[in-house]
Amino acid sequence: MNRVIPGFPLALGITLFYLSLIVLLPLGALIWQASDVGLARYFTIMSGARTSAAFQLTLVTAALATLFNAIYGLALAWVLVRYEFPGRRLLDALVDVPFALPTAVAGLALSALFVSNGWFGAPLAALGIKVAYTPIGIAAAMAFTSIPFVVRTVQPVLEDLAADVEEAAATLGASDWRIFARIIFPAIFPAFLTGASLGFARSLGEFGAIIFIAGNLPMKTEVVSLLTFIRIEEYDYPAAAAIAATLLALAFTLLFLVNMIQLWQQRRIGTGD
Amino acid sequence: MSTSRSKASPASGRIRVGDGPLTRRLLIGAVLAVTALVLVAPLLAIFAEAFRHGVGAYAASFADPSTRYAIWLTVLTALIVVPINVAFGIAAAWAIAKFHFPGRNLLVALVELPFSISPIIAGVAYLFVYGAQGLLGPWLEAHDIKIMFAIPAIILASLFVTAPFVARELIPLMIAQGSEEEEAAVTLGAGGWRILRQVTLPNVRFALLYGAALCNARVMGEFGAVSVVSGNIRGQTNTLPLQIELLYQDNNAIAAFAIATILTAVALVTLVAKAIIERLDARRAALTGAPTPKVAAKAGH
Repeated sequence: MNRVIPGFPLALGITLFYLSLIVLLPLGALIWQASDVGLARYFTIMSGARTSAAFQLTLVTAALATLFNAIYGLALAWVLVRYEFPGRRLLDALVDVPFALPTAVAGLALSALFVSNGWFGAPLAALGIKVAYTPIGIAAAMAFTSIPFVVRTVQPVLEDLAADVEEAAATLGASDWRIFARIIFPAIFPAFLTGASLGFARSLGEFGAIIFIAGNLPMKTEVVSLLTFIRIEEYDYPAAAAIAATLLALAFTLLFLVNMIQLWQQRRIGTGD
Repeated sequence: MSTSRSKASPASGRIRVGDGPLTRRLLIGAVLAVTALVLVAPLLAIFAEAFRHGVGAYAASFADPSTRYAIWLTVLTALIVVPINVAFGIAAAWAIAKFHFPGRNLLVALVELPFSISPIIAGVAYLFVYGAQGLLGPWLEAHDIKIMFAIPAIILASLFVTAPFVARELIPLMIAQGSEEEEAAVTLGAGGWRILRQVTLPNVRFALLYGAALCNARVMGEFGAVSVVSGNIRGQTNTLPLQIELLYQDNNAIAAFAIATILTAVALVTLVAKAIIERLDARRAALTGAPTPKVAAKAGH
């Protein structure tokens, strides 16, 4: 502990007080409300047809969105780090659009694009593919809001990758694909996994972007966050508490997983900070 | 991010993986095409829809009193929330970056926690504290204090979702900069506030600005948490994102998109500010040789 610089008790005091009031008190209240529901009732709520349909839909669409962003995000990070081309800076700035743009605006924009007479909706309808008001639309909304995660976690690791191992492999006659698969991808894999998990977690809780495009039909296109919201509006607080606590537990599990991945990464590279 | 490093095809002429002209063109082309579809098209669609019936219809959208009220409420919320979270961010960064104490890593995780939590959960959690059936509900009711479904709840929910923004920009930077300058100031007899104002904050001013800009954009655009706690009372607890949803459900798409252009403009200004701040930071680092962890939006809602 640093004894020279003043202000530690005050700074720590403010931080702890504020976090207790703004973050811990509400989360504590949610857990208290959820534990009040009781185990038997919890299982009844969670196994209800509408609830389990919502969880199933949310997990599947979030997985689809994460798969898309894993591929697109990796390619985007690669192109940004490895290549110099006109518009690279603009592309780099565009990556943050989903974080800066309000989710409600994103949802509005996506619904305009994908309705049957929209820029994307019309040609897709001609092919017989319906996106708006279907699970594909939900996955599209989730994918949009979590685009930056894989890019921004992989980008710095890719930048720091030393060229010499690659070059050594190349002089030994390894093909590009082999070098990528055996040397580069393993090096960026922990960061890649971290970004994908964060994006997946984000998709599970997404609300604003989805409700504009989903159609919000119970059992068909109703995601978990919307169902929680509806239970609140119906004053069914036990159900809302049970669903929200489950979603919170999922988020915590993913957070724990991400921390494990990062520990593993630090140990592997041997740069414990 | 990625401003100066790792230019492709180094001067030595060595070829790295994926530097073949065909791979290169294919990858850049594919990424640009997908980006145009998934990132650029939505932005263009907002403006195209807003101006679909001309500038007159666009401008008329802002005459609605409930829209004007929503603008006012959104600005008010930002004016209250951003300064509080800037102050919190500075305090948290000071404690975490300048001192070592047991539980420090746990505190960092706690600061970042709101990022990992769905805004809907945040809203529901607040309801269980301040709502009629909540932890403090009966007491608040007995004392005639209204928090839920009113402006205080909107402010509290916004504080929750944006709590990490400033702290997350400052902590890594202040750790990287170390405490030598502060220690020197102490030996010269400076007090804590003076060190903060004259040594620490000038060193992190760009990161602070960027954190505040991000926090502001998020406060103005927050939807999920606010829609749970606001009660959606037209003209009373409607912020701009809620007003967008209301208008959209009323089939007033032009007005919904018109409002969306304001929030889109806020987002674009935030991103431009980020680009400028990054450049200034890089220049400062080049001049002083000081460490500057890249200012980058890493994660978060």
